[in-house]
Amino acid sequence: MRSEPVVQVQALVKRYGTKTAVDGLDLVARTGVTAVLGPNGAGKTTTVEICEGYRRPDSGTVRVLGLDPVTQGPALRPRIGVMLQSGGVYSGARADEMLRHVAALHAHPLDVDGLIERLGLGSCGRTTYRRLSGGQQRRLALAMAVVGRPELVFLDEPGAGLDPQARRATWDLVRDLRADGVSVILTTHHMDEAEQLADDVAVIDAGRVVAQGSPEELCRGGAENTLRFTGRPGLDVGSLLKALPANTSAVEPAPGSYRVTGTIDPQLLATVTSWCAQNGVMPDRISVERHTLEDVFLELTGKELRA
Amino acid sequence: MTTTTPGTFTPRPGAAPLPRMIAAQALLETRMLLRNGEQLLLTVIIPALLLVLFGSVDIVDTGEGAAVDFLAPGILALAVLSTAFTGQAIATGFERRYGVLKRLAVSPLPRWGLMTAKTLAVLVTEVLQVILLTVIAFALGWSPHGNPVAVVLLLALGTAAFSGLGLLMAGTLKAEATLAAANLVFLLLLVGGGVIVPLDRFPDAAQAVLGLLPIAALSGGLRDVLQHGASIPWGDLGVLAVWAVAGLAAAGRFFRWE
Repeated sequence: MRSEPVVQVQALVKRYGTKTAVDGLDLVARTGVTAVLGPNGAGKTTTVEICEGYRRPDSGTVRVLGLDPVTQGPALRPRIGVMLQSGGVYSGARADEMLRHVAALHAHPLDVDGLIERLGLGSCGRTTYRRLSGGQQRRLALAMAVVGRPELVFLDEPGAGLDPQARRATWDLVRDLRADGVSVILTTHHMDEAEQLADDVAVIDAGRVVAQGSPEELCRGGAENTLRFTGRPGLDVGSLLKALPANTSAVEPAPGSYRVTGTIDPQLLATVTSWCAQNGVMPDRISVERHTLEDVFLELTGKELRA
Repeated sequence: MTTTTPGTFTPRPGAAPLPRMIAAQALLETRMLLRNGEQLLLTVIIPALLLVLFGSVDIVDTGEGAAVDFLAPGILALAVLSTAFTGQAIATGFERRYGVLKRLAVSPLPRWGLMTAKTLAVLVTEVLQVILLTVIAFALGWSPHGNPVAVVLLLALGTAAFSGLGLLMAGTLKAEATLAAANLVFLLLLVGGGVIVPLDRFPDAAQAVLGLLPIAALSGGLRDVLQHGASIPWGDLGVLAVWAVAGLAAAGRFFRWE
């Protein structure tokens, strides 16, 4: 299912004056949902905008649905949907008017009324774009990206500035797109958005991909996880360690408090509890602390604030 | 917010046929133009008001004959200026600023299709202006002469010249600067372009320069035909053609979409 690359970026470089925005970036996005995650200024938007055909790469190759966005734009554009980070609508246009217009530019658009209802844009009525709330403007931009029934949708910060309900509606829509076979590339700096939606996450920092994989792979690979339990003090952690796989540690940092660090999977949990059973120990307050994508992200991109 | 039947989003991409895209775009652009209050002030109210005011009250000495025979051609030129130059420059400047051009650039509508639609929207607006102003002028006792083909030629070349200059401004300056500059130019050309004040009221040296302005060529050419019954005013058409080629070429070269 997830074999066909929808986006293939190789050794991409893009400079603005003396500033290098994208610095030898490699990225393969396959069918499904790919999140491009990174701090502000990491090069996310530049990369996505090159894929959309807005900018010419200084070097490197970019293929989107097998096409070169610079030279094959006319063939590519009908097949993609784009949600910009902001704007994109006539300030004097009503939401339904703009959506109907974008639909009219496509051969087989979605039912506009259905989409308006689905995204809760019906209440916009005769209000013109400039007077819509920020959330309504974002939802309209999302609707404009999908109304042409594209194969691939680019969403630049789809969740930014949305209240929880609107965010939920946006996430549900992305899930439905995926279920219906539409591929999605979304940029975000919200870990939960990536964790919830993405089959694949590419973490970008300083113009390069510093990690890529499924959210689970990233959480597993990037950092170690911890299992804690309490029991009677002075248990023989040496014998526990023998039962555990290599590169796992087991210590008793405080009397009666035990900590196992390593790759915590169901097998390891079973090993620990059966060791406890053999030793007649009731592992109280047993807990598993898995690293979140946020931990991985901060580990990869550093904790200091960016300009 | 409701759910959607599975399969709703199943990809079925494709561009609409080009004529349909261009028609839809032209219709939307025209609606945006006619809905905007400031634009209407500029394209409808000011020309109509000037025509009524100066046509019925003797404020400026317009030379021999009925004032309206002098004024109507000038006001028609002003209508072209207001729509093709000022209105288009301001609207396009803000479309650029608010990412409308950027968003449309990734739609199936090609750039030349967008520009064609913009031109059509300008032409539709001009037709509406010409109808309205003609009706007012006739009510004021206007008696036009001349060759209608020459009039259409002048209006078309004038539109091309002002569109090029307007798009050049919109595509290179910031939206606020375009707003200010386009209005200022409108005002200066209104006064100094032979629209309501005859060019021969200015000193000779100024006349020579002002006569080369596109607005002076357009209002002068229209006046030669409609007031004096000239056949084809080649000189004025030539001036407009030079402005059109230079303006459109510069706009094509320097227009920045973001």
